[in-house]
Amino acid sequence: MTEDRTLSLTAGSGLGEDVVFPSPGQIMRRRMARHVGFIFGAAVLILILIMALLAPALAPGDPYEQDLTRRLIPPVWQDKGTWEHPLGTDNLGRDYLSRLIYGSRVSLLIGVSVMLIAGLIGTCLGLLAGYFGGKVDMAVSFLITVRLALPAVLVALAVVTLIGGSMTVVIVVLGCLIWDRFAVVLRASAQQIRSMDYVNAAKSAGCSTRRILIAEIMPNLLNNLIVVATLEVARAILLEAALSFLGMGVQPPTPSWGLMISEGKEFMLFEPYLITLPGAALFLMVLAINLLGDGIRDVTAPEARS
Amino acid sequence: MTPVLEVSRLCVDLPLPAGMLHAVRDISFQVGQGETLSLVGESGCGKSLTALAVMNLLPQGARRTAATLRFSGLDLTRASEAEMSRIRGNQMAMIFQEPMTSLNPCYTIGDQLEEALREHRPVSRQQARERAIYLLEKVGITAAGSRLRQYPHQLSGGLRQRAMIAMGLMCGPSLIIADEPTTALDVTIQAQILSLLASLQREFEMALILITHDLGVVARVANRVAVMYCGQVVETGTVREVFEKPIHPYTQGLMDCIPVPGKTPPGQPLGSIPGLVPTPIGQLFGCSFRNRCPRASRACAASDPDLVELGPGRAYRCLLSPEACLGPARAEGR
Amino acid sequence: MLAYTLKRLGLALLVALTVSVVSFMLIRMSGDPAIALAGENASAQEIEFVRRHYGLDRPLAVQYLDWAGRAIKGDFGESSYFKQPVRAIIGHRIGVTMTLGICALGFAVILSIPMGILAAIRPNTWLDRLALTVSVMGQAMPSFWFGLIMIIALGVWLRWLPISGSDSWRHFVMPTIALGYYATPAFMRLTRAGMLEVLASDYIRTARAKGLRWGKVLFKHALRNAVIPVVSLAAVQFGFMLGGSVIIESVFALHGIGFLAWESIARNDLPVVQAIVLMLSLIYVVLTLVSDLLNAILDPRLRVK
Repeated sequence: MTEDRTLSLTAGSGLGEDVVFPSPGQIMRRRMARHVGFIFGAAVLILILIMALLAPALAPGDPYEQDLTRRLIPPVWQDKGTWEHPLGTDNLGRDYLSRLIYGSRVSLLIGVSVMLIAGLIGTCLGLLAGYFGGKVDMAVSFLITVRLALPAVLVALAVVTLIGGSMTVVIVVLGCLIWDRFAVVLRASAQQIRSMDYVNAAKSAGCSTRRILIAEIMPNLLNNLIVVATLEVARAILLEAALSFLGMGVQPPTPSWGLMISEGKEFMLFEPYLITLPGAALFLMVLAINLLGDGIRDVTAPEARS
Repeated sequence: MTPVLEVSRLCVDLPLPAGMLHAVRDISFQVGQGETLSLVGESGCGKSLTALAVMNLLPQGARRTAATLRFSGLDLTRASEAEMSRIRGNQMAMIFQEPMTSLNPCYTIGDQLEEALREHRPVSRQQARERAIYLLEKVGITAAGSRLRQYPHQLSGGLRQRAMIAMGLMCGPSLIIADEPTTALDVTIQAQILSLLASLQREFEMALILITHDLGVVARVANRVAVMYCGQVVETGTVREVFEKPIHPYTQGLMDCIPVPGKTPPGQPLGSIPGLVPTPIGQLFGCSFRNRCPRASRACAASDPDLVELGPGRAYRCLLSPEACLGPARAEGR
Repeated sequence: MLAYTLKRLGLALLVALTVSVVSFMLIRMSGDPAIALAGENASAQEIEFVRRHYGLDRPLAVQYLDWAGRAIKGDFGESSYFKQPVRAIIGHRIGVTMTLGICALGFAVILSIPMGILAAIRPNTWLDRLALTVSVMGQAMPSFWFGLIMIIALGVWLRWLPISGSDSWRHFVMPTIALGYYATPAFMRLTRAGMLEVLASDYIRTARAKGLRWGKVLFKHALRNAVIPVVSLAAVQFGFMLGGSVIIESVFALHGIGFLAWESIARNDLPVVQAIVLMLSLIYVVLTLVSDLLNAILDPRLRVK
């Protein structure tokens, strides 16, 4: 009986063959290695992080130093460009490459801070709603609906203007505004925990429920949280860029990419690099973060991929 | 008389990451007009895929080959998709297992029934409607007129299945393939649906292929039966022949599992077939049943036996002679 | 059915009420709106005058009820900048924003639904991957930057389209694209997911078994089911687009209420800001109700009799 390997080796062959299943960790690592988006996103993001951390070492000059005798020098690949300012200078003579590099710090700082605040608010609300259900859930769902009804950009603009623009204000305002996705996702995850409660009551086997909780629910919850957090960083970065572009975000002379686009707008017809470069930087960073977030989702729970 | 459906050496292969799954292997059978053939076997033996293969509704990526696949004289292996569309629902109809999900939830019963007819016949809406009402009443649905305006979710499972049957009959097909039509229904409804199918078949003189895993259903409705195991037909014959004198060890095992009132002594453990069905992936040698067969021997591993014909429509697939199969089994497996 | 509708309406009213309180409180964020309204160099007397003129010396609750009461009748007060009724000013501009919103929604839908269908019919082919790539890129681009690039490319270099103002239909082309493409990924993914799920369903198999051709199966049966969540999303996305119009209108100098809102914020014209926030929120609430209604119309299973 056991000498033929001709019938299938999958479970159910009844031939007593041992089948080797890879561990969840191995499966995940294998998926990661094959997922193009994940790798690209992670790689680009790591590069940007390094750039942000080593900004003082990498930047050729001071992003705040103005030199009105060297205004609007184009990047090095255009004629009149010079290697002293590889990406040119803006209308106040500040080195653009330096401003771009330091701008990554601004974006990352704001993105992560907003994500932390929004994440705190949204996760608490979501967990409470999902776990307790009933009136608590109704109240939180109501809050989420109200929050979604309000035009976020407008409200942020109004509040920042009234209080006065600065990085701190932008972070706090955005953080208090974009917690909705956290709340929705965590609420769904927490509802799973609740249904485990009923299973517990039915099974009256407390130990195994805790094990299920730790082994399956928590990892699932953490996965969702990480994915949402990653995508919300991207959302926060784009929102801050929009606010700064409209003049009601981070204030000059801070090198925010959105602000740089706004400042370069009046010269963009003859010096398009003033807006294409910061915009491309924004695009690349947000793309990398989105790809990373999607990649994490695919790698940890491909069934959730819509 | 030419059989309505003639199938010989039908194969269906599904490419899987683990290898090529030979889901249907060398299936041959025939159905004549007014005849009910039952394809019986356990879940996963390939009976549903056989039906889908006949209709060419296999999932994407599946490959079908057949020496003969003839429907009312028409060669289906050469039929284009357009030609198949003209036959499906028209001369050949299929009834599926899950009435809950087999009807489109967004359209009324009437819409879906009328559509079945108007796709193939140039009739007016009124005529289609009349035919739908006629058939709904035929299948035992009262107040057919108002039922037409209802949505699938408003009907019970039994009613939905009746409506599905009516839908299959809209164009007056010569062949109906019913894939486990009663499996998802209550036992009491099952009996009704089966009687309905039998009477409709008689009245409209159709050929019926009934796919099921339930031997009771076979006994009740079918004229002839083909027993399938692991993608192959292992025994064919009339219901009487196969039930009273099963030759193939698998069929024997199946019959042993059924308690017969009057014959089976009370308190005796029911028969069972030890082991699990193998999955036919990759290169296959030998008889697929050998690891569960009480009569298996070394020879069974060497070659896959062909179907042995004992008479018209009576065949079995085993190396042993019929006498050896019908004799007592050896005490030891091998 | 009636009870459900009433419950939804009641909830919507509650949300509307809360939103009105929020927009009322919004302009009091800075502390004293009188100072903001009076302007930077106002003297104490002028501030006091402004305070009394706008009734800002009354208790908060009274102010709110007064404002809300008048708002229900459509009276949003007077713009501190234009010195005209807010209602008239908004009325002038809302048409532009609505047009932009509808066009952008149409653009997104026309672009994304066919892409989503194609991606679902040929999953994991180059077509599918292209659609997903376009979708991912779309979500990463800042809309204002996209708008500026279009202005440079299409407006200045190629001179195909005008770069500001809102006089002709041509003025709406670039803003429509800039506002619409951002919603495209969401629609495409939803359509693709919905179609994939529907195409694997039993009733599609039944439809084919009836002899229906692929075209009919796709459009009459598959799409009809897959499109239900997309329609709901469309209603809600329209609301988001109206909110996001601030950015696009400002980039293209389209004279809609988004641009008006931005200008008013910059000018501290608080009555206008208040009114616009309230209005956009209420429109969103109505849109969610519409979305529910559309859902019930399209999906017979939701019509509980």
